[in-house]
Amino acid sequence: MHPLAKKLLPLALLFAGHATWADEVQVAVAANFTAPMQKIAAEFEKDTGHKAQLSFGGTGKFYAQIRNGAPFQVLLAADDETPAKLEKEAMTQPGSRFTYAIGKLVLWSTKPGYVDDQGEVLRKGDFNKLALANPKLAPYGLAAMESITRLGVLSAVESKFVQGENIAQTYQFVSTGNAELGFVALSQVMKDGRIASGSAWIVPASLHTPIRQDAVVLANGKGNAAAGALMKYLKGDKARAIIKGYGYDL
Amino acid sequence: MFESTDLAAVWLTLKLAAVTTTLLLVIGTPLAWWLARTRSWWKGPAGAVVALPIVLPPTVIGFYLLVAMGPNGPVGQFTQALGLGLLPFTFAGLVVASVFYSLPFVVQPLQNAFEAIGERPLEAAATLRASPLDAFFSVVVPLARPGYLTASVLGFAHTVGEFGVVLMIGGNIPDQTRVVSVQIYDHVEAMEYAQAHGLAAGMVVFSFLVLLALYTLNPTGRRK
Repeated sequence: MHPLAKKLLPLALLFAGHATWADEVQVAVAANFTAPMQKIAAEFEKDTGHKAQLSFGGTGKFYAQIRNGAPFQVLLAADDETPAKLEKEAMTQPGSRFTYAIGKLVLWSTKPGYVDDQGEVLRKGDFNKLALANPKLAPYGLAAMESITRLGVLSAVESKFVQGENIAQTYQFVSTGNAELGFVALSQVMKDGRIASGSAWIVPASLHTPIRQDAVVLANGKGNAAAGALMKYLKGDKARAIIKGYGYDL
Repeated sequence: MFESTDLAAVWLTLKLAAVTTTLLLVIGTPLAWWLARTRSWWKGPAGAVVALPIVLPPTVIGFYLLVAMGPNGPVGQFTQALGLGLLPFTFAGLVVASVFYSLPFVVQPLQNAFEAIGERPLEAAATLRASPLDAFFSVVVPLARPGYLTASVLGFAHTVGEFGVVLMIGGNIPDQTRVVSVQIYDHVEAMEYAQAHGLAAGMVVFSFLVLLALYTLNPTGRRK
């Protein structure tokens, strides 16, 4: 080997190990986090030069896909159970799991002035349908169910339930007007810190178990520089400001 | 092994497929007859509309049905004006969606069968002073029996296999809109793989048997 090359080689290896080169990360994103994540990913790509490929969907489906070899490197789940479960099954990078957002539940209607700020509309019961995400599948559905039960209106509204398979579909049922009322994620109806349309009641967090949304690097993402960078970016001020702007707690 | 909710979903699916197939045979017969015999300029566009559900993804059909049948959609305003309320999240809504979604699977075999029969048997019936309606039921229907068999089996099976459209307009209501395919999806999503396998394997066996029956009873497929 040329003596100069010999001297340069460790330097080259240093850079390679440092991985300042742009990498690509495949991210599975919970449906409720769609809008904020699109914004965060755009900023992330601008700031780091890495690329983030986003897939949106239900956390249960992602779990099945990950267990069966899906090429995701990072999971942003809608709950904290699924990432913990994957961790137990040695499908993640140990120590990478953290809570990136705490979801807020909202009772929403497209009709302005329809939902009051105490949720009394649930007791009045003059709506055609009440949409919620399937409590068996979606954390927001479970939180909705708990709130309804704790408010003591379950038997009164149960016959009006329509269930979306995830929170995105639940939003669709309400936004098209097919259900006059529905429990959706605050992030879906909030824009620039305000409810963008219709009327809404932010369900007090005391009525349900907190919706802790955890992120985790999957076994697939080991050694992927972009995956590590994205996790770090999610904890940064810029990302946190965006997350809060959509009404999540942190 | 099957929960009661699984059995309810199976029963609902069979009911939906039976109602849909019956309606499709009633609607599909005159439509296919007209398509088989007309020389009108409308034959092309009408045939294309009938075939649309074959090529459109269920998400497109489901999304437009949800919007059209909603309170601001044309279908929704019509059903509300009639005092029927809104169709999404109801069994009736699923029937309407399934009729549209499975239409080509009934109309096309019937149309092929009618075209194969041609004019001559009808002309012969007319010379025997049979009324057109009489000729249709005593000449055309018996001749088109393989077509009717294919149409019924495909219409029924295709409705049983429906998923995307139901998911988008159904709302997952027990005994109303929670059909087998949706129930399987929920089991998979909830990581209840054993229950998912039970129903999913049942679907595979059912579909195979239905198609086997079709190909055995109707070996030539469509008539030449």
